[in-house]
Amino acid sequence: MINNLSPITFLFIKIIAILVPVLICIAYYTLAERKVAAYIQGRVGANRVGFRGLLQPFADALKFLNKEYIYPAASNPILFTLAPILSVTTAIAGWAVIPVSPGFVVADIDAGLLYLFAVTSLGAYGVIIAGWASNSKYAIFGAMRSMAQVISYEIAMGFALVGVLLLSGSMNLSHIVEGQAGGIWHWYIWPLLPLFIVFIVCGLAETNRLPFDLAEGEAEIVAGYLVEYGGVGFMLFFLSEYSNMLLVSALGATLFLGGWHSPFESILFLSSLTSFVPVFVWFILKTFFMAFILLWVRWTFPRYRYDQLMMMGWKALIPTTLMWLPIVAIFIKLGVL
Amino acid sequence: MSDLSHYTVNFGPQHPSAHGVLRLILELKGEVITDVDTHIGLLHRATEKLAESKPFNHSIGYMDRLDYVSMMCNEHAYVMAIEQLLGVNPPKRAQYIRVMFDEITRILNHLMWLGAHAMDLGAVSVFLYCFQAREDLMDCYEAVSGARMHATYYRPGGVYRDLPNSMPNYEPNRWRTEKEIEILNENRQGSLLDFVENFIKAFPGKIDEYENLLTDNRIWKQRTVDIGIVSPSLARKLGFSGPMLRGSGINWDLRKDQPYAVYNELDFDVPLGSKGDCYDRYLIRIEEMRQSTRIIEQCIAWLRANPGPVMTNNKKVAPPKRIKMKDDMEALIHHFKLFTEGYIIPPGETYAAVEHPKGEFGIYLVSDGSNKPYRLKIRPAGFTHLQALGELSKGLMIADLVTILSSIDVVFGDIDR
Repeated sequence: MINNLSPITFLFIKIIAILVPVLICIAYYTLAERKVAAYIQGRVGANRVGFRGLLQPFADALKFLNKEYIYPAASNPILFTLAPILSVTTAIAGWAVIPVSPGFVVADIDAGLLYLFAVTSLGAYGVIIAGWASNSKYAIFGAMRSMAQVISYEIAMGFALVGVLLLSGSMNLSHIVEGQAGGIWHWYIWPLLPLFIVFIVCGLAETNRLPFDLAEGEAEIVAGYLVEYGGVGFMLFFLSEYSNMLLVSALGATLFLGGWHSPFESILFLSSLTSFVPVFVWFILKTFFMAFILLWVRWTFPRYRYDQLMMMGWKALIPTTLMWLPIVAIFIKLGVL
Repeated sequence: MSDLSHYTVNFGPQHPSAHGVLRLILELKGEVITDVDTHIGLLHRATEKLAESKPFNHSIGYMDRLDYVSMMCNEHAYVMAIEQLLGVNPPKRAQYIRVMFDEITRILNHLMWLGAHAMDLGAVSVFLYCFQAREDLMDCYEAVSGARMHATYYRPGGVYRDLPNSMPNYEPNRWRTEKEIEILNENRQGSLLDFVENFIKAFPGKIDEYENLLTDNRIWKQRTVDIGIVSPSLARKLGFSGPMLRGSGINWDLRKDQPYAVYNELDFDVPLGSKGDCYDRYLIRIEEMRQSTRIIEQCIAWLRANPGPVMTNNKKVAPPKRIKMKDDMEALIHHFKLFTEGYIIPPGETYAAVEHPKGEFGIYLVSDGSNKPYRLKIRPAGFTHLQALGELSKGLMIADLVTILSSIDVVFGDIDR
């Protein structure tokens, strides 16, 4: 029956099939954040709306939608509206190249990694435009900090991903995952462990999460670029932040943790015992694990200062990647990896 | 094109780390602070003037509302000033109770400070851990005075009443199961002293937990070490006191140097810093909490062994027992006089100071021989410390300003009065 559908319709169905679960995941990720934070802090967390608070994300969304959309008098209304849209679009567009299971990916393109990189960098423009268009002093600070952060962390992130490229020899995410077949010891995380750590740190910085949430920095610049936003605009930024976090988690799972591959492949007994599990479940579990780490870090650490953040990006992360890449390359040349 | 070299930002009064209602006008170059203009007075409630129009006892409650995170210490200074003018000596048991609650208050204040300081630096969870511990101490306040914050527990001549033999328990409600209530009430079965002892036993472990999260944390150290260095000479010049002074290595603690109440009978150490930066002040406050637990332990032991009156028997100052008032004419007269006119303080002036969690908290009291103060001057610790904000934060970044501001430990209740 599938053969009868036109390619466009099929694509559309695929988009829906990936977009709807992603949006639901994002919605529940916000709840997960509140719950994880609550349990870390010895509280209970949201539990009033629906069974154990399960309807909370929808209540939040409804409330945001009911709010009046306010433009500050001194703002640029076009850019002010554009910024959250740009931010959320790029955050969701990244999902197009993430392979969930073999063959199940919206756009199976060969430049997948490059595309992801481009799209996530574009997301920073949302923040910068928001800060500029708000025409507010604190918002400008947020935009300024975000700009500096993006420049210094994009490079380290890029180098961390180059390691994956070296190992897999492909920019197609599906190929990268296929290269990690054969159980937990074949995942790229082991040869690239330093790069994986750099990737997580940069992921936190890219998504503006504590300890790198300088663009928001609620104790210093109140909410940074978000300070003038309310209602739907705020919600879109919120969505994009959580979407980006999940995207970074999914990317980590794809690039370093073997994507849809079961960790027990080619291990006696365990592989046959777990063979009934559909492959996409492994991918989702890995993504959620990564996503949990992001939350865990946020509720544990204090915040970096702006110049210390730069220092770490340029003086610690980039040298680490630059040191590890030649080592990986030499090992590949020697045929060890 | 206009000159863009300076950037003026209004920091507060509605700012999450303005600690209440501080307004700063910052002159910035990029993110670097070139000038700080401090505006205070947004929480001014004219406490000093208000006190002039009320009998002495009526103002004890206002003292709670000065520095609203170290309530009983404020009361202590005020009550001590009145006692000095009246020449009344409170019984020893009352003194011990006061010291115990002063130290409970110190822990309350330092926990609040630690939580707020950590939150200003981004570690939000510490804030909630601190507040969980505070909850038990608040219950102690509630048990002795009925109020969780504004206790009005210290009175000239002693304390309002003896320590209770039972703690208030959690009552059954629809949000918690009976089992949960039972667990919550587990340590509330004995007297207040049992409850405090229980808390004091567990508390050093809790301090270790906070320290685990912060003390050796690389980010925490990067944010606090060498930030806001107060040199000993600056500290002396600006009249610093408390942890701000001791952070710079100057050994000055009123509890040791001008012992009041029963501090000279108790064994405790005064931690000193070496550099005077935010990290030193953090370590000092943590250590002070540990020392406070030591003091409270000694107080508990003494209070257990020595029952007795907690109010002076000077009937001109202390109200009579209610039961006595029913059939004793003299007691009825004293009661009537005390609760209408109050007591009259002979003309004179005095200064009473206590080692408040934030520093030296002093009360200068002048009486002209009436039942109301002629003049009441409050010397808050935070006021002098706040003066240094500009000097300390010049050349640093906004994030450092936030660190310094919260490390000063400001509460506007007593700065604005």
